[in-house]
Amino acid sequence: MSPEPLALYIHWPFCLAKCPYCDFNSHVRPEGPDHARFTAALRAELAHEAARVGPRTLSSIFFGGGTPSLMRPEDVAALIADATRLFAPSPDIEITLEANPTSVEREKLRGFREAGVNRLSLGVQALDGKALGFLGRQHDAGEAIVALEVARALFPRLSFDMIYARPGQGEAEWRAELRRALDLAADHLSLYQLTIEPGTRFATEHARGAIQLPESDEAARLYHATAEEAARFGLRFYEVSNYAKPGAESRHNLAYWRYGDYLGIGAGAHQRLLQGGTMLATRRHRAPEEWAARVEQHGHGTVEETSLTPRERGREAMLMGLRLAEGVLPARVEARSGLPWAAIIDPVMLEALLEEDYLHWRDGHLAATPEGLLRLDALLPVLLR
Amino acid sequence: MPDTPLDRIRNFSIIAHIDHGKSTLADRLIQTTGAISAREMTEQVLDNMELEKERGITIKAQTVRLNYLAKDGHTYVLNLMDTPGHVDFAYEVSRSLAACEGSLLVVDASQGVEAQTLANVYQAIDAGHEIVPVLNKVDLPAAEPERVKTQIEDVIGIPADDAVMISAKTGLNIDQVLEAIVTRLPAPKGDPNAPTKALLVDSWYDAYLGVIVLVRVKDGHLRKGQKVRMMSSGSIHTLEQVGVFSPKMVAVDSLGPGEMGFFTAAIKTVADTNVGDTVTDDRHPATEALAGFKPSVPVVWCGLYPVDADDYEKLRDSLAKLRLNDASFHFEPETSAALGFGYRCGFLGLLHLEIIQERLSREFDLDLIATAPSVVYKLKRNDGTEEDIHNPADMPDPTLIQTISEPWIKATIFVPDEYLGSILTLCNERRGQQVELTYVGSRAMAVYRLPLNEVVFDFYDRLKSVSRGYASFDYAMDGYEPGDLVKISILVNAEPVDALSFMAHRAQADRRGRSICEKLKELIPRQLFKIPIQAAIGGRVIARETISAMSKDVTAKCYGGDISRKRKLLDKQKEGKKRMRQFGKVEIPQSAFIAALKMDA
Ligand SMILES: Nc1nc2c(ncn2[C@@H]2O[C@H](COP(=O)(O)OP(=O)(O)O)[C@@H](O)[C@H]2O)c(=O)[nH]1
Ligand SMILES: C[S@@+](CC[C@H](N)C(=O)[O-])C[C@H]1O[C@@H](n2cnc3c(N)ncnc32)[C@H](O)[C@@H]1O
Ligand code: SF4
Ligand SMILES: [Mg+2]
Repeated sequence: MSPEPLALYIHWPFCLAKCPYCDFNSHVRPEGPDHARFTAALRAELAHEAARVGPRTLSSIFFGGGTPSLMRPEDVAALIADATRLFAPSPDIEITLEANPTSVEREKLRGFREAGVNRLSLGVQALDGKALGFLGRQHDAGEAIVALEVARALFPRLSFDMIYARPGQGEAEWRAELRRALDLAADHLSLYQLTIEPGTRFATEHARGAIQLPESDEAARLYHATAEEAARFGLRFYEVSNYAKPGAESRHNLAYWRYGDYLGIGAGAHQRLLQGGTMLATRRHRAPEEWAARVEQHGHGTVEETSLTPRERGREAMLMGLRLAEGVLPARVEARSGLPWAAIIDPVMLEALLEEDYLHWRDGHLAATPEGLLRLDALLPVLLR
Repeated sequence: MPDTPLDRIRNFSIIAHIDHGKSTLADRLIQTTGAISAREMTEQVLDNMELEKERGITIKAQTVRLNYLAKDGHTYVLNLMDTPGHVDFAYEVSRSLAACEGSLLVVDASQGVEAQTLANVYQAIDAGHEIVPVLNKVDLPAAEPERVKTQIEDVIGIPADDAVMISAKTGLNIDQVLEAIVTRLPAPKGDPNAPTKALLVDSWYDAYLGVIVLVRVKDGHLRKGQKVRMMSSGSIHTLEQVGVFSPKMVAVDSLGPGEMGFFTAAIKTVADTNVGDTVTDDRHPATEALAGFKPSVPVVWCGLYPVDADDYEKLRDSLAKLRLNDASFHFEPETSAALGFGYRCGFLGLLHLEIIQERLSREFDLDLIATAPSVVYKLKRNDGTEEDIHNPADMPDPTLIQTISEPWIKATIFVPDEYLGSILTLCNERRGQQVELTYVGSRAMAVYRLPLNEVVFDFYDRLKSVSRGYASFDYAMDGYEPGDLVKISILVNAEPVDALSFMAHRAQADRRGRSICEKLKELIPRQLFKIPIQAAIGGRVIARETISAMSKDVTAKCYGGDISRKRKLLDKQKEGKKRMRQFGKVEIPQSAFIAALKMDA
């Protein structure tokens, strides 16, 4: 079997300000980070991993964050150049960059396009001024709309993120806001329900009772409303929170959900690589300066590298794969985990879940129905051994 | 050492309602006769166990031997017998009383006669005791000794004219109590030359000495080195030590007729020493045992399960240790689909159950869950066979049953007039039959027959709450009667939860079935599948609730970096499932059943 194509994730761990809901590995440096140093470290770590992995096809690159739109376009260009030299880029390689829609970053979009970025993911989050304030964002609705227009003119592919099921957000309001967003779109949307993540400012306020999320029945209604509105505009959900026109799915993110091989470069980045029957899980140091110092000393900022057991691989393949509308192909899960299907799932519970219409078989794939998807976190421990 | 002459011995007990001052008076008597130095005097000398001190109840019988120089110039041996003060230990009390000839009846002069006063005094009268009324707490401004005297005469029917008026707290008139013991209580009778006959009053386990046996010699002697025989069990032991409590253990050469004391004989467990048994000489045995021996029979049963399944062995060892010292308590292994591995345990009553449970958690540091207490039912099948049922889960299908008989009690309740109405309502709700209703001043005394099953189900709590704590309550077992009883099974996802099944009278079945279904609906978290909860009698469903399926539980965003985190969470969920109980395709956390049982108690 020829090795899987590779997906490459590059993490830029800096933001202008910390959003109160966000638990991503992002840090604020008031004087701005040392661009030269961090770019050099990213390039060094990439070279280090490429030497370990050997020649492979590269199908996608994703600049994520933090806020990678705060990078210098020339640094992005250098990294893309490195990656496409070290690996064999597939002809249709997808190169995504996450951008925040502030005016500063808008000015740089042309530069990113020229660097080779062919897909932009904009962090719009909301089209309502009050909501953007509540979410602690640095931009207003007008700026978001301008950024979207500029981006659409520049990039062949465009996606943006929104956060809904916000406190007090009614279904009618959300439908209206979402329709405005869909009008502005885009062949791809990521629509996330607001989640209270431990350790964030929202978590403290939530614990105090100052923030209240919709009840689960209401959240379920909002979820269905979202899928309905997106479908009217020709966008179908292909993952729990991701909607796309056919063919516009994020290839990079699909690699995660299909439990493919991916490199993760940068502070706090994760990596999965199956080589010679061993699945290595690799994690980098989360603190940017500490990570860079390690790269400078050892060529990499890895703090943990473990070989996953077949059971762990089976669970990871299932928990990612069932998030997709297409579901999982048993043969692929077996190949990626090294376990027979029957050792991964409980056949009695599978029957019960099929009967309950939470799961169904489609073209040889086992997939969650929309009702099953809504309850996936409860379904997995029941289904999996 | 020669025998103490019979006419210089007085054996007596003190009977009182809780908190009327029994322990304080005992302390005073011990102090006044100098059995214990002021320095050694700790409060409530006789209540040994930590739990006894805390709850102010005596679980084991105790004696103390006092030497008293009376006004007549003679020195008397006064043996004070402290008896367990609760109805659960009624049989133990009756044996303690059988070891004495008289009683001090202590009544709080500010409270008057209470339910326990009555129950205890009738037992003493049954035992043929001479009774000396003692009015305590006369130092209190609220004391009404004259009114209480009249009450004693009216309610109990014994003369109270020359009741001794004391304050156990200040020590007032304690000398008069001592004189009354000598002059008003009879001396014991007995024959020093007859074959040995001693009443086994109680026994307890001591880590160093083995079992210590408390006895009252009726005829003959008990001597160190003597070979004795227990007449009911036939077991034979050689006495290692014979002695008296002063209140410390003091060895003596022999115990003669009329005396109280102890012996040790390298006995390993109290199960070998039955309360009420007759101890005799192995070579010259008595021909007839003392009257009234009864093996102890548990009245109330419940399942005890460790909350943490890993504690099962520890529970078994702890139960075995407790039984070393309490033969009236029984246990046998039991398994439950809802609660795992545990023990079915039998107790003399509710207080006994509570005490054992508390000791298990306190002394053995066990976190336990108890199923609802059940009484012992006598079952007659259609084929004529009969059996005792300790666990509702063991009840056969109703179509196989001819009759079920349940134990009844006779309850005496004292209550201020204003609460009488609610008490009568409570008793009627619980299928009570009124036997007697009289007034004692402003207090009413209601005597009711009640099914014990109705009392084990939160009766005390209701009694206390409807009377704001003013009602006092006591009871005696009153035989078995057939009843229209049904077993109610609780089904979760169509499978019975053995630990939650219970017996009820048919008339109450619907209400109780509904209430437990509603409770479970609240306690069981929503799951992937909807869960029907039913209460049923045999195959007939009498109540039903449905827990609807959860509506949403999914992580909104999950990509590359989150795989490890999500998988670790999943690993944890799988781990947590080990503490779940499977009911078909649904799994219920054990904690939900525990909560349901706690709400029931
Ligand atoms: N004022 C007063 N209090 C007393 C007297 N005798 C006992 N008490 C108090 O009544 C309470 C119960 O006494 P206790 O001897 O433990 O009662 P028991 O439950 O019958 O053993 C304690 O707080 C005693 O201190 C007394 O003569 N006068
Ligand atoms: C890597 S993050 C942010 C990228 C970029 N820095 C931004 O803020 O637009 C990707 C997306 O996750 C979503 N997200 C982050 N935290 C979230 C939360 N607590 N609840 C729901 N969605 C969240 C946001 O929509 C965000 O755009
Ligand atoms: S949401 Fe985006 S901009 Fe806000 S802190 Fe997180 S990574 Fe930075
Ligand atoms: Mg006491």
